[in-house]
Amino acid sequence: MAKFTTKPNELSKINLIPPQTEWMDTPVEIKEHMFCHPAKIKDLETVGFPNAREWKPTEEDWKLPDNWERTILEGMQSLLKKYRSFSLFMDICVRCGACADKCHFFIGSGDPKNMPVLRAELMRSVYRGNFTLAGKILKKISGARDLTVNVLKEWWYYFYQCTECRRCSVFCPYGIDQAEITMMGRELLNLLGLNIGWIAGPVAACYMKGNHLGLEPHTIKSSIDLFVDDIETITGIKITPSFNRKGAEILFVTPSGDLFANPGTYTAMGYLMLFHELGLDYTWSTYASEGGNFGFFTTNEMAKRLNSKIYAEAKRLGVKWILGGECGHMWRVLSQYMDTWNGPADFLEVPVSPITGTKFENTRATKMVHISEFTADLIKNGKLKLDKSRNDHLKVTFHDSCNTSRGMGLLEEPRYVLKNVCNHFYEMPENTIREKTFCCGSGTGLNASENMELRMRGGFPRANAVKHVHDKHGVNMLANICAIDRATLSASMDYWVPGVAVAGTTELVANALVMKGEIERTLDIRLEPLPGKEASEEVN
Amino acid sequence: MKILFPFVAVMTLIIVVVAGVQFANLQFLFGVIIPYAALVTFTAGIIYRVIKWAGSPVPFCIPTTCGQQKSMPWIKQSKLENPSSSLWVIGRMALEVFFFRSLFRNIKTEMREGPKVVYGSDKWLWMSGLAFHWSFLIILLRHFRFFSVKVPYLIHVIESLDSFLQIGAPLFYMTDAVILAAVTYLFIRRIALPQIKYISLAADYFPLLLILGIACTGVMMRYFTKVDVVGVKQLAMGLMTFNPVIPNGIGVLLYIHLFLISVLFAYFPFSKLVHMAGVFLSPTRNMANNSRMVRHINPWNYPVHVHTYEEYENDFREKMKMVEIPVDKE
Repeated sequence: MAKFTTKPNELSKINLIPPQTEWMDTPVEIKEHMFCHPAKIKDLETVGFPNAREWKPTEEDWKLPDNWERTILEGMQSLLKKYRSFSLFMDICVRCGACADKCHFFIGSGDPKNMPVLRAELMRSVYRGNFTLAGKILKKISGARDLTVNVLKEWWYYFYQCTECRRCSVFCPYGIDQAEITMMGRELLNLLGLNIGWIAGPVAACYMKGNHLGLEPHTIKSSIDLFVDDIETITGIKITPSFNRKGAEILFVTPSGDLFANPGTYTAMGYLMLFHELGLDYTWSTYASEGGNFGFFTTNEMAKRLNSKIYAEAKRLGVKWILGGECGHMWRVLSQYMDTWNGPADFLEVPVSPITGTKFENTRATKMVHISEFTADLIKNGKLKLDKSRNDHLKVTFHDSCNTSRGMGLLEEPRYVLKNVCNHFYEMPENTIREKTFCCGSGTGLNASENMELRMRGGFPRANAVKHVHDKHGVNMLANICAIDRATLSASMDYWVPGVAVAGTTELVANALVMKGEIERTLDIRLEPLPGKEASEEVN
Repeated sequence: MKILFPFVAVMTLIIVVVAGVQFANLQFLFGVIIPYAALVTFTAGIIYRVIKWAGSPVPFCIPTTCGQQKSMPWIKQSKLENPSSSLWVIGRMALEVFFFRSLFRNIKTEMREGPKVVYGSDKWLWMSGLAFHWSFLIILLRHFRFFSVKVPYLIHVIESLDSFLQIGAPLFYMTDAVILAAVTYLFIRRIALPQIKYISLAADYFPLLLILGIACTGVMMRYFTKVDVVGVKQLAMGLMTFNPVIPNGIGVLLYIHLFLISVLFAYFPFSKLVHMAGVFLSPTRNMANNSRMVRHINPWNYPVHVHTYEEYENDFREKMKMVEIPVDKE
């Protein structure tokens, strides 16, 4: 496959005129740079997913198993019985079109099948044709169609062009949630082995090794040891974190991505510094070393299998409660799924901050607190000494993650934290933040490299809002609370808004955090000189 | 085709009823049997639908949160947009059902030079949707004067509010104009906006045309042909008391009106119109966001294969010991 080289000014010429042919008569065209490579056989086999095989999306023959139509239709029948959301959302859409221009993939591509309503119709049409009387009799006139290979290919192409961000669901008068439909679609595709490598790989790694990146225990420790060395260089303080320690008060779980690549690693350093300064009795786990859950992008069962490690490890180590790091979909899973799957967590206690004594009543069932809630509480109670001026070279804006905003409602906590650690904070336009926030464009396991055009198109609305504050206020730092954001927004910023860097919120906290016994800071968390700080030394 | 088919369908319905009443004397069929059948179909169909939806459980607590969560006491929760208790869920649902809260959020996304994406307020869909649904409801309620011996007080109030402009004789009802305008707008928008046209099905045009036909015949009878109201009331009361009579001289327009309504009612449960009942069951709106506080139960939750810590330690014990990570078995 040739490298993706289209320039931003070319890519932003978006054709919004729908094709001449009706959508049902417009066969799917699988375009380069818009899809991800298929899953590897060994990854599917590791977790026991069916129909692992070699196949290529661009080839005519997808080597589908015999009777695949029956597999899909029986699967649909089963999902309709299991999920009221699915059953209802197949019936009640009136195609008012309110969702149409709310999807980042539609805004960035103009492809009508990326309008949430039409992406859902791809499946509804098959539902009507096979599960409703009107559809069976009236066929196409009622919007029904048969399940054919081309329909299946269309599903695969477009259900992997949805990041389950739920923005459409905010605007839908009936709350129809395309994320639910995409989840069902992917669950069905998975029955035929039509998974993608970028999801199946992390799933298999997470199942066997505890985290998406497949970091083995000693590697996790050595990664963190490197952070510890860097922290010592910056602060003069030697931190000694613990791993798999029984009897710790708190288990800390965060996405493994932050242990691996910039700028996520700086967020991880931030955690280490914050917890050290607080003298927190906590431990990392190498077994439950993943907060995120790529299983959530395959099947409900797989998501549950991966998620089980968090409570299991909390129980084994005998901690009192769990603290979770910055991540988007991780928190959708933790908020809306974990306790239902793997609870009740009756072996844990309702979380109480050992520093402030605050009891986090809102987590009394899951027993898991978000780092932004935890930090906001610390700041509110005056427990952190902060030197905001260390972030004065940054003009910061905040990107709400899809899942923490629309699947949780964590909006004010990170803002409160940021406003207390930065002097220069600017909001993006109101229709692009909070519950109306835009996806980074690469969520739900679509953060591969071979689908770069898709990612840049999907990332366009978010980047464009950043550009607005970049031009208006000189914003040069995009803060967030999500590991996938940190991994993907950097690429999107470099493409659409050069000059804007990406940081986790806790990195900025650590930058401002005045630690007991630290040397005078001349470096920020990225080991780059702190502007202003080195100059003041010279004056002295 | 998508527009032609429903148009022809509605026209055919009208021709059928005109022919049936004018030439075949099928007044009893169109005035009594079909309305009864339609009402039974509507009621049974809606019940069937709701039972079918309700038969599928809600395995996870999946509200779409549209505001600040309940967390610490000093952070103000957005109780209507992100309710954590049933009371506020009722509030959220009431806003949704009576005022179309989510549609009110609607914004228009446009691309400008730059490239720059801009978001403009777009309340037309919300306004026409709300105008259509409310006027439909008010008109429906007004019709109860035909079905009750003594017109209920509430109906009087609705009528006088609806006709407070005091124009014409019989008095002009605002909702009659509003519903015609709203339905026409909703129809035109489906043709004029390229994206909306692209997603529209015959099943989207059909109910609009049907309702337009119902509203037009109603307006014609009230303001122009001046239907025999006493006769209509006789027919309605006959239906109501299960003692059907076919009065003379109520005119073919009434039969068209009644037949189109019957078709709409019978069609209702088998079409997208079931959103009327469905909206109440939508899990993204009717659930409290309290799954971190109260465990939500999935009735079909089942045990799954997991990779246990023991298996993990067996895989990595030596490597763990090498870097002094504690292990359970030496």
